[in-house]
Amino acid sequence: MSERVKRAPTKLVPVPSTNKIPERDINKAPILECRHLGIDFGGLTAVNDFNMAIGRTEIAGLIGPNGAGKTTVFNLLTKVYQPTRGTILLDGVDTHNMTSVQVNRAGIARTFQNIRLFNNLSVEDNVKVGLHNQTKYGLFQGICRLPGYWREEKRAHESAMELLHIFDMEHLAGHQAGSLPYGAQRRLEIVRALATNPSLLLLDEPAAGMNPSETAELMDNIVKIRDTFHIAVLLIEHDMSLVMGICEGICVLNFGEIIAKGTPDEIKNDPQVIEAYLGKKREV
Amino acid sequence: MTFLSYLIQGISLGSIYAIIALGYTMVYGIAKMLNFAHGDVIMVGGYMCFFATSGLRDRFADGSVAQAVIPNLAGLLLAMFVCTLLGITIERLAYKPLRQAPSLAVLITAIGVSYFLQNGAQVLWSSNPKICSSIIGKGVLSLGQLSISHVILLTVVVCVVIMLALTWFTGNTRMGKAMRACSEDKAAAQLMGINVNATISMTFAIGSALAAIAGVLFTSAYPTLQPTTGALPGIKAFTAAVFGGIGSIPGAMLGGILLGVIETFAKGYISTQVSDAIVFAVLIVILLVKPAGLLGKQVAEKV
Amino acid sequence: MKRLSKQSRANFLTYGGVILVYVLLQLYNSQVGLSSMIQGLLIPICAYVTMALALNLVVGVSGELSLGHAGFMSVGAFSGTAAAIALQEVIPAAPLRLAVAMVIGAAFAALAGFVIGIPVLRLNGDYLAIVTLAFGEIIKSILNNLYVGFDARGFHFSFLADTVSDRLAEGGKLLIGGPMGISRIPIISTFTAGVVLVLVSLVIIFNLVNSRAGRAIMAARDNRIAAESVGINVTKYKMIAFVISAALAGAAGSLYTMSLSTIVANKFDFNTSILILVFVVLGGMGNMWGAILSATFLTLLPELLRTFNLDQYRMLVYAVVLIIVMIVTNNPLLQRTAEDLAERFHRKKPAQAGEGGQSHE
Repeated sequence: MSERVKRAPTKLVPVPSTNKIPERDINKAPILECRHLGIDFGGLTAVNDFNMAIGRTEIAGLIGPNGAGKTTVFNLLTKVYQPTRGTILLDGVDTHNMTSVQVNRAGIARTFQNIRLFNNLSVEDNVKVGLHNQTKYGLFQGICRLPGYWREEKRAHESAMELLHIFDMEHLAGHQAGSLPYGAQRRLEIVRALATNPSLLLLDEPAAGMNPSETAELMDNIVKIRDTFHIAVLLIEHDMSLVMGICEGICVLNFGEIIAKGTPDEIKNDPQVIEAYLGKKREV
Repeated sequence: MTFLSYLIQGISLGSIYAIIALGYTMVYGIAKMLNFAHGDVIMVGGYMCFFATSGLRDRFADGSVAQAVIPNLAGLLLAMFVCTLLGITIERLAYKPLRQAPSLAVLITAIGVSYFLQNGAQVLWSSNPKICSSIIGKGVLSLGQLSISHVILLTVVVCVVIMLALTWFTGNTRMGKAMRACSEDKAAAQLMGINVNATISMTFAIGSALAAIAGVLFTSAYPTLQPTTGALPGIKAFTAAVFGGIGSIPGAMLGGILLGVIETFAKGYISTQVSDAIVFAVLIVILLVKPAGLLGKQVAEKV
Repeated sequence: MKRLSKQSRANFLTYGGVILVYVLLQLYNSQVGLSSMIQGLLIPICAYVTMALALNLVVGVSGELSLGHAGFMSVGAFSGTAAAIALQEVIPAAPLRLAVAMVIGAAFAALAGFVIGIPVLRLNGDYLAIVTLAFGEIIKSILNNLYVGFDARGFHFSFLADTVSDRLAEGGKLLIGGPMGISRIPIISTFTAGVVLVLVSLVIIFNLVNSRAGRAIMAARDNRIAAESVGINVTKYKMIAFVISAALAGAAGSLYTMSLSTIVANKFDFNTSILILVFVVLGGMGNMWGAILSATFLTLLPELLRTFNLDQYRMLVYAVVLIIVMIVTNNPLLQRTAEDLAERFHRKKPAQAGEGGQSHE
């Protein structure tokens, strides 16, 4: 398993950062750093002055009320939208002017809030699409079925099965992705994102629509993914049991601005967060 | 002088495109579909007018006022009536079952409808061209050296009137507001108590009635009528609608007139054989440079 | 691997089916003899089957509606045929000349596909369709006004007016004569060449679909944003599908034209594009078997109808077919019933897949 995720050892050079890096990764440069990130749609400021750093193997949470701009942050990180202001550093590299495709190749993979699978492809092929950039054979080799095709296809098949094993989904490999039940579709999206061999995984509401036992299982799996692949995870989630249970750092967003940052315990007791979620205490 | 007369011809042709484009733009704005058959509704309108005028003309005394007015008026009304009915029927039978279908399926269906109308017309009325007479005669208005035929004047006036009326209609009436609501968000409109199906039917009805008017004007200006008469103006009018910004009523008018002028100039100064190619090249360039058109607005996909 | 082998088995069945039909027809022809009407249709059928396969790659696999494929067919037809005439002395062997001409036709059509694809594939949906239509018409316009001559000094070109004929040296030939098209075409296409072309197209499409590039194309079709999010350059893969499709259409065009004695650009108009679209839609979008069957059947149909004097209703029937197929296949109720049936039919499949998965551990 660990063989698949082999990648060039990253040089752990501290970069000057505007952010405090979480305790456990204090000696290393963050995998992701956002500085003064912001975007306007027309005259509306959707996200403003977003600063965040995520450690190399950190599980971080992004929470906030509906419409706070959480998914917009994901869209900025993956360049679905180009930011109006600010900088995104991925492993110290500025992603300015990169496209979604380039950002993914640089190491960010994501899932979507409204599931976006390749519905007409099989489960296995969905994962193989994720493995696209690691499957090394050309168009001509593919059409002529040269030896490179067979070798790489075999490898892709094995990797896909290995990845599906994380969620015990190998038996679904031949099924059409669109016909899977909702929970399995969410899990498949995570597997597909993992297949691109990311160093940062963005999960947009991974537990949406899951029951408590499924959520608990998902929590274990997210931690397992972090531990086996040694990657960072940033997740958007409304299920507080999940967020408080596995996130090491949490960032709270409201009206496009960060209102609090810290460990789960700090966030739980932050008056501003309580206000954002529950409203202001009424003066009697 | 040739320049001016080309320009006037262009504006007249463009006005017809504009009227057709209004139908396209309304349907596209509200039903979010490219009604490929719109051009062929024009053809049906042309045939209806032809049958009414040629059937009624002999019943009145030659040269009388009644002969000048009644057959033509009847032709216009018949064309509008039949086309409106046709538009609603097409929508009900072919497009309504596909409200939720992917746009590829809807477009293929629309092409099917277009083909059905063309070939139906061919079976019913044969492919031999019919020669129409102009609905307002061959009168000419002379301004110094310049002469403008009455048809051209009428076309331009009708086009402006229609555009103003439609702008007022969508802005100020209940149905118009319902249409605008449906074009924004059908589900939300439905939740607010708007009958979406009725609104879409209404849109098709208005669009088809406009197509009928365009058909009558078109056959007055270009009297040869065939089952394929509507196809090319239809596609060009779509180009005009895109040019002006799809969904925008003044845009359709602006795009139509610009396209008409471009086409006449291309015919006059370059070559008749490649004028269509030039019009299509215009479409391609617009879609690439400014896909939202001159007066349209860009809508991004939500992720 | 079980699923993969099942897929390749289906592909080999298709190849086998085509070869079998070919052998049977040849046998029947040598023993009993086919009617001249059928014989005259064999090459057009192969050309239209190839066209249907090519368009199916764009419409079914890549998910974009092209209304200008007749344009690519005509590019291939004109360039391939002109090359065949020009090469008459250089390559005396007709089959080889045909092959070279088809490759040249495919190359020119691929080039046209690439040039057109650059702007077209930046658009999507209805706009893409209408722009391919526009390009189809532009190609027709260009070919209608293009004059190409060939003599000892090489090729001569002119546009809009025929100045080529005057410039041609002694013994030179006017290859393409504007609206007159190409005349006195050497008839070198054969049914065998047609079947080979169909088989080559099938191999290319099947192998493409089951490869890395094919998965990327289908992923881009199913969800463009998700495909980009996993690092797939969507435009590149849409372009690959588009160019391969254009090349196949070009080869089909060459084959088709060299079975006729004259050809004009107006033959490849919007109606031809729609006709091919009807083949694809009726055969089931993305279904290659279906495309082959419907192209064959619908190319034979007009001849059959003509014998019963029903030909005038043919296009009307096609139109109704388009509408009904679309409404039926997109009806949610019918879709659900079909899925239920498929579920019942494949009830044992999950267990099998489970075993397959276990064996890889």
